[in-house]
Amino acid sequence: MTMGAPRFWRKTQSRYNLYGVKCKSCNATYFPPRKICPSCRRASKLEDVKLTPKGEVLTYTVIRSAPEGFERQTPYIMAIVKLDEGPMVTTQIVDCEPDEVEIGMAVEGVFRKIRESGKDGPIYYGFKFRPARADKDLAV
Amino acid sequence: MRPLTVGICGYGVYIPRLRIRAEEIARIWGGDGEKIKKGLLIEEKAVADFDEDTATIATEAARNALKMAGIEPAAVGAIYVGSESHPYAVKPTATIVAEAIEAAPVMTAADYEFACKAGTAAIQTCMGLVGSGMIEYGLAIGADTAQGAPGDALEYTAASGGAAYLIGKKGLIAEIEDTYSVTTDTPDFWRREGEPYPRHGGRFTGSPAYFKHVLSATLGLMKKIGAAPEDFDHAVFHQPNGKFPRNAAKNLGFTDRQLKEGILVDRIGNTYSGSSLLGLARVLDVAKPGERILVTAFGSGAGSDSFSIRVTEEIEKRRGRAPAVETYISDRRYIDYGTYVKLRRKIKVAE
Repeated sequence: MTMGAPRFWRKTQSRYNLYGVKCKSCNATYFPPRKICPSCRRASKLEDVKLTPKGEVLTYTVIRSAPEGFERQTPYIMAIVKLDEGPMVTTQIVDCEPDEVEIGMAVEGVFRKIRESGKDGPIYYGFKFRPARADKDLAV
Repeated sequence: MRPLTVGICGYGVYIPRLRIRAEEIARIWGGDGEKIKKGLLIEEKAVADFDEDTATIATEAARNALKMAGIEPAAVGAIYVGSESHPYAVKPTATIVAEAIEAAPVMTAADYEFACKAGTAAIQTCMGLVGSGMIEYGLAIGADTAQGAPGDALEYTAASGGAAYLIGKKGLIAEIEDTYSVTTDTPDFWRREGEPYPRHGGRFTGSPAYFKHVLSATLGLMKKIGAAPEDFDHAVFHQPNGKFPRNAAKNLGFTDRQLKEGILVDRIGNTYSGSSLLGLARVLDVAKPGERILVTAFGSGAGSDSFSIRVTEEIEKRRGRAPAVETYISDRRYIDYGTYVKLRRKIKVAE
C-alpha cells in the first residue's frame, strides 16, 4: 500500500500545522477538517482554524504488530489525544517508552517523519506528540 | 565592506533525545573507551530517532526561533538550510521547513551544503539580503544527522542536532558587527555522490584544514574590526571534537573562560552544520547585554566563517519563550550500539 504523493500533499496543512475547521454557527471545532458540520448540516459555516498542539492522552495502545511501512518502529505508542481546544486527534506518541505513557498525560506536538514510500519514494512528514515540557523547564 | 546593522532577532535549537556513550561504541569495535574519551574529549553524542532527520530537526529549531522572535512567519522572506545530510538528494529541505512554519509561499528558499559550515553560510546570505533591503527577515538554519562509517573514528563524534537563526534589522537580541570568511580548495573530508559514509584525510584534517582556516578567518576578522581576543567575552569555534576548538583558542590567545559556555561537543558530539550554531546558542542562552561573542565556523573542503556578535538588552525579554540548549541536553535517553545501528539504518534489512 503506497499512498500517492498528491493524496498526502493535499493534507499538508493539517498534517504539518494541525489545521482543523471551526463551525461559526455552533462553535464546534473538528480535526481532521470536515466539509460539513454534522450538527448544523446546511447551516454549517466552516472556516480553517490552526489548533494549538497541546492536549492530554485520552487513551492509547502499544503497537507491536505494525502495518506496512511502520514495522521498524515497533513497539510504538498510538494514542487519541484530546486537544485543549476540544477536538481529538489520533497520533503517535514519541520520546516516550511504552511503559511511560499514561492516560491523562499532558502532551505537546512535534514535527516528525510519518513514513517513507520505500527507499526511493517521497518522505511524508507531520505532527506527532510527546510528553509536554513544563514552562519552567524552558529556561537555562 | 562592513555590513549594515543586521543581527539576530531570535534563535532556536533542537537536539534529539537519544544518546550513545563513547564506551558503547568502543565496546563493539575493540577500542579503549577511556583512551578515546581522553583523546577526543568526548563523553557521548546525540542520535536522531528513527523518525527524525534534518528536515524535522530544522523545523523544530525554526519554530523555536520564531517563538523567540515573536514575528509573523509570513514576514520571513528567505529560508536557507545548511546540511550535509539533507533527506533528499534532489528536493529541498527548505521547502519542508517553510511549509511547516507557515512562511510559504511568498519567499525564496534553497538548501546549502558546505560540510560543517553550511549554516553560517546561510547566515551570511541572510545578512546580505536583509542588509540590502531585499527581505525583512531571513531564516538561516544549520542541521544535520551526521554519518560516520561503522568502526571509523568519526563514529564517536558524528551526531544529530541543529539551530535556526532569524536574521533581521528590527528587535535585535544580538547585533552582528561583522563577518569574515576564508575559502580554499582542500580535500580533507568528503562524501562522493551515492556513497553512504564520508571519508577523511585522518591527520590531514588538522593543520592544513581546520587550524589553517579557523585561525586565518578569526585573525582576519579581528584585524578587520580592530579587535583583540581580550575584547570578547565569549568565543565559539567549530567543534569536531573537544581538542580542536581548545587548541585553536589557545593558539589565538583566547582563554578557557571565554570558551567555557559554548563548548558542547563532549555532551552531544559534532552536530556538523549545527555545531558552531548550537555553541553560539548556548552562549546566547546565558550571555548578558553588552557582551561580545566571537564565532568561527569551519567546513571541510574547506573554509571558515568568522563573526563578531554583540548582545543587546532585548535578549533578556525574549528568553524562556522556547527551550534552551540545556533543556534539550538534559532530556536524554541512552541507547546501545544495536539500537543505534537500527535507528541510523546502518544494517541491511530485507526490503
